[in-house]
Amino acid sequence: MTAPKGQVLLAHGDGGLLTHRLISEVFLPQLGNPVLARLEDAAVLELEGCRLAFTTDSFVVRPLFFPGGDIGRLAVCGTVNDLSMVGARPLYLSAGFLLEEGLDLEVLERVVASMCSAAAEAGVRVVAGDTKVVERGSVDGVFINTAGLGVVPPALRMGPETVRAGDRLLVSGPVGEHALAVVLARGDLEIESTIRSDCAPLNGLVGDIMTQCPGALRFMRDPTRGGLATVACEMAVACGLDFYLLEDGIPLTEEAGALCDLLGLDPLYLANEGKFLAVVDRDQADRVLEICRAHPLGAGAALVGEARSGRGQAYLVTALGGTRRLDLPAGAQFPRIC
Amino acid sequence: MEADRPLWERFRDPGIARALVARVRVRVARELGGHVSLMEVCGTHTVAISRSGIRAALRDAVTLVSGPGCPVCVTSPEDVDAMVALAESGLTVLTFGDMMRVPGSSTSLEAVRARGGRVRLAYSPMDAVSYAASHPDEQVVFLAVGFETTAPGVALAVAQARELPLANFSIYPAHKLIPPALRALLDQEVGVQGFLLPGHVSTVIGRRALAFLAEEYRLPAVIAGFEPVDILMAIDRITHMLVRGEAEVVNAYPRAVREEGNTLAQRAMWSCFAPADAAWRGLGPIPGSGLGLRDGWEDLDACRRYGVWAQPAGAMRTGCRCGDVLRGLLLPPRCPLFARVCTPAAPQGPCMVSSEGACAAYYRYERGDGDDGPQGAGAAGPR
Repeated sequence: MTAPKGQVLLAHGDGGLLTHRLISEVFLPQLGNPVLARLEDAAVLELEGCRLAFTTDSFVVRPLFFPGGDIGRLAVCGTVNDLSMVGARPLYLSAGFLLEEGLDLEVLERVVASMCSAAAEAGVRVVAGDTKVVERGSVDGVFINTAGLGVVPPALRMGPETVRAGDRLLVSGPVGEHALAVVLARGDLEIESTIRSDCAPLNGLVGDIMTQCPGALRFMRDPTRGGLATVACEMAVACGLDFYLLEDGIPLTEEAGALCDLLGLDPLYLANEGKFLAVVDRDQADRVLEICRAHPLGAGAALVGEARSGRGQAYLVTALGGTRRLDLPAGAQFPRIC
Repeated sequence: MEADRPLWERFRDPGIARALVARVRVRVARELGGHVSLMEVCGTHTVAISRSGIRAALRDAVTLVSGPGCPVCVTSPEDVDAMVALAESGLTVLTFGDMMRVPGSSTSLEAVRARGGRVRLAYSPMDAVSYAASHPDEQVVFLAVGFETTAPGVALAVAQARELPLANFSIYPAHKLIPPALRALLDQEVGVQGFLLPGHVSTVIGRRALAFLAEEYRLPAVIAGFEPVDILMAIDRITHMLVRGEAEVVNAYPRAVREEGNTLAQRAMWSCFAPADAAWRGLGPIPGSGLGLRDGWEDLDACRRYGVWAQPAGAMRTGCRCGDVLRGLLLPPRCPLFARVCTPAAPQGPCMVSSEGACAAYYRYERGDGDDGPQGAGAAGPR
């Protein structure tokens, strides 16, 4: 592997092909170890007879406040959800703030209040923190990093290696709302819309499934950057099985669908902040769907496909009955100009 | 109840779509010698046809060739080089997203930005005006690419800049007009028997502006919307005309397109633009196919203001054949670079960069498993 050439582009951060390249060519060769190499939403560590889940995430959203959430709520939910995806019960967070000189204290106050209520909602506590202030122009208002710690039940068997051909794919609700809410909140498009970010902590919903249907959840990811299609591709690779998604079955609200048509965006590649894509044991899939739909955050859940033996590809079965391959995105999606 | 369903839902009905596919296939097999070749002009149609699986469903019966209808793709390398030169000279350049990654003869706007150039995304021409107004210490240039669809918006932005007045705002005029490009294509003998015409462009210019396809070139053509049923109804109609030996330009998108088009938008467009000669990637120079700023508006032309002009670009040494793709001479999977050297992550040409480009549409939605590497089969298709 030769050292990569060139400069970091914004596209290196969009969760697609270039992000993967950065991880495989820059980070893993030097920092790699068996735990990191799994590239899951959170690392699961065996410590003194106890299983801990550990993760970190940084938040740089613009604007800081948008319909349905804000950077503070996002910083708590994003990390809580990463822990939830490996079956952990989230307990503690750290919060690191990078503040821009000149930031209004009232804005910071609002962000922290929002973190506080999101933490209460998720039942986690912020137990460590850090603050740095940088010169005006070095960051955009406020950047937040949160790390999270959770406990994994000792007997839990989850992960790509537990997935079997024939297992079903389940999405916990309609896709694309977070990305659309944020794009519209930037005000660049001057489109009136009632769309709200789905930003929410998923540990309650995942906990319900794990208690009422133990062993049903095989493998989960939250489709944030890059959206549902991207995590489907990543999960298929990790399992070494083919994932087939039914285009007609993927939940999408009428409003989100109409906005995507208008802007020429593909909803399958848009970020979500309160959804998961789960591989579920075939025989318990209908029961898991019931449990999801009984929870406010899973009311729009749907079974959207299945895993089949194959080579680690993700496919979409279109309404016309054709099958097309899903790929990692290359570069961000932009509204169409034609 | 059929009548109770929202209109848009009926335009997506898989049952109706499948029935149209079957009807077209039977007609082509029995009455049109087993195969017809049509061109979809618009990039948004290209994506819709790939994404919905229509291209695959009609495979072998109807070949749908993508035309020069992706605004980013038809922007000439000379224009991209000039845009890069503007960005490198310390100005703030605002552009639509996909222009960022289009390679000129040596570099792209994205690379200029990574090196510290001020290149920013704009979602609309008005964004660029607002940006210029709030950054009086920067010289702001908006890269005006697109067709008749976006030109009226650019015209309004230019008028607004004149009215405020904004001394630090100008545009790089690279807009193109669809009818002259279709004429140029037909004069070069493109081997298609009919046209699927762009719904968005027609909304502005009207059916009348495209009637020459039937009147002068005796070709059937249908203006269509963008849902699967819209597109299939148009193909159904074109093949029906071919069977009967008819040539008409039909408006099958009456919910958006009028005979005379949107006259308000046309007036806005011609208030500050006049037809100008323009170079198209693939088609070369076409007289009167672009939009330049009219007399009295030249002070808003970035080329004049900063003395940066499109220069003949060096030959693209990559072997990129986007030009042939744009003329309908080459299907993307037949390009030797497709999916091997040229991918969305490392695009060698604009048709792989743009979300509306034919190569990107084929790569994203129509790649079989054989198209990953040097051993890949040429023609892609879902299995």
